[in-house]
Amino acid sequence: MSDADLIIIGAGPAGMAAAVTAAQGGLRVLMLDEQPRAGGQIYRNVGNGKARAWLGKDYAAGKVLVTVLDHPNIRIEFGAMVWRVETGPRVIWSQGGISHISTAAHLLLAGGAQERPMPFAGWTLPGVMPAGAAQILMKTAGLLPRDAVLAGSGPLLYLIAAQMIDADAPPKALVETQTRAMLLRALPHLPRALMALPVLVKGLGLLQKISAAGVQRYTGAAAFLAAQTDSGDIAFSFTAGGRRQQLETPLLLTHQGVIPATHISRAAGIGHRWNDRQQAFEPITGPWGRTDKAQIHIAGDGAGIGGADAAQATGTLAALDILHLSGRISEDNRDQRSTAPRAALTRARALRPFLDTAYAPLPEFLAPTGDTIICRCEEITAADIRQSVDEGANGPRQVKTATRAGMGPCQGRMCEVTTRGILAACGAPPGPARARSPIKPITLGELATLQEPVL
Amino acid sequence: MTRVSRFQPRPEGALHLTLDGAPLRAHPGDSLAAALLAHSGAASRTTGRNTPRTAFCMMGVCFDCLVEVDGQPNVQACMTEVRDGMAVRRQMGLRKLGAADV
Repeated sequence: MSDADLIIIGAGPAGMAAAVTAAQGGLRVLMLDEQPRAGGQIYRNVGNGKARAWLGKDYAAGKVLVTVLDHPNIRIEFGAMVWRVETGPRVIWSQGGISHISTAAHLLLAGGAQERPMPFAGWTLPGVMPAGAAQILMKTAGLLPRDAVLAGSGPLLYLIAAQMIDADAPPKALVETQTRAMLLRALPHLPRALMALPVLVKGLGLLQKISAAGVQRYTGAAAFLAAQTDSGDIAFSFTAGGRRQQLETPLLLTHQGVIPATHISRAAGIGHRWNDRQQAFEPITGPWGRTDKAQIHIAGDGAGIGGADAAQATGTLAALDILHLSGRISEDNRDQRSTAPRAALTRARALRPFLDTAYAPLPEFLAPTGDTIICRCEEITAADIRQSVDEGANGPRQVKTATRAGMGPCQGRMCEVTTRGILAACGAPPGPARARSPIKPITLGELATLQEPVL
Repeated sequence: MTRVSRFQPRPEGALHLTLDGAPLRAHPGDSLAAALLAHSGAASRTTGRNTPRTAFCMMGVCFDCLVEVDGQPNVQACMTEVRDGMAVRRQMGLRKLGAADV
């Protein structure tokens, strides 16, 4: 009982581009996405018809991708939470408390990225939030931050600052962690980045907007600390320019880039490797997004961070390969049609070495010390994890067993990369942690709705 | 604890929900987490160690936004769209199983 020729998990730029290419090539596509609408995080809620011009032209451009999903060969299930993936391939997902099993000849994982957890003392307090989360609130609810402070680094921080300015909700300050030395280290990558000149020009435009709006800016900031004031605001202190600074704000929005979301790919048994420049684990994929599991492809940021344009290109490439493997197009035809997406991919990726180096996460967030909470679910601190390492834990599983870090409902999504950072800082860089299904918490009731055994 | 929202005020929403029995207004299409953050800057849950939390990642990753919805505990507010009449309770202390979980 095959539900489709191709199941795509994730309706962001990679999944949407792949769905359209595959559907137009004659494949029946089943798309599964946790959200109520297509778009992924970058184009979240873009098809909803609300005029929010301050989100910018690049965001609005995502509407085209969403519109073309209206194709007779594409069936989309929203609010669909995938909790198990098997080679075969077979996908088990839950929607409204009912579990479903879907099979297809091919599976494309396009689950995208998550924000890199950015632990420092006080990051669990109400009033501290990832900047990308605030952007989601702007996109989905028109909710605008009030006198917020943006802190961290990376191009997304500039984009959000510019969107806040255009929405008449300018940030109170922009506290950036990158140093002059980091920018100098990134300079050798600049010539290659010039291939993506329009994106660079856009970035400079964002900086100009932030400066014209008179937003207070600090660079080379470090030693982050957040505390709660009597009124419930956040007292945010940091070191910059050789001095301790303090800002009070209702909302501290932090960001240190994004990392691939790999729970599904790891639980499926696909091989992963550490990407040192991006400081994240990523699945090992070939030029068409093929993995070491037959019939499972991966596209988009879930295969390594490249951004929306790269995601769209890799989605198209994976779909072309799947069309070829399904006997719908010849190898020559696949290769011919790949020229344009390959060129787009090369352009999009040209920028990454520069961005990854200039806006690299600080060591204090990669391998924190002291009482900083690392595992938010179980409230396990950096000191707890370091103590377990001192006592002989030499990998993610031992740390988890010794401390409970990673045993909460997020299943390690908020702490694994930091646990890895601490192990590496202690001289024992580990391999990827195991991920097991159900890869999101489900109730026994949801399990019981299945018509056949799976576990 | 009451505390003014950390976000700019929005026009009042058309939907009527309750939070711990008190009125909570929301707009159609809001996630429950967005409605809670628009309503108040205070904690929407506490942990097993009684520390305050609010919705954090807004994309279903971190599980910090867990609340009780219509009697069902451990619901991800950021993954749940608001409905008229929804009865929401803040979830205090360690997670407990709900009737549908066992």
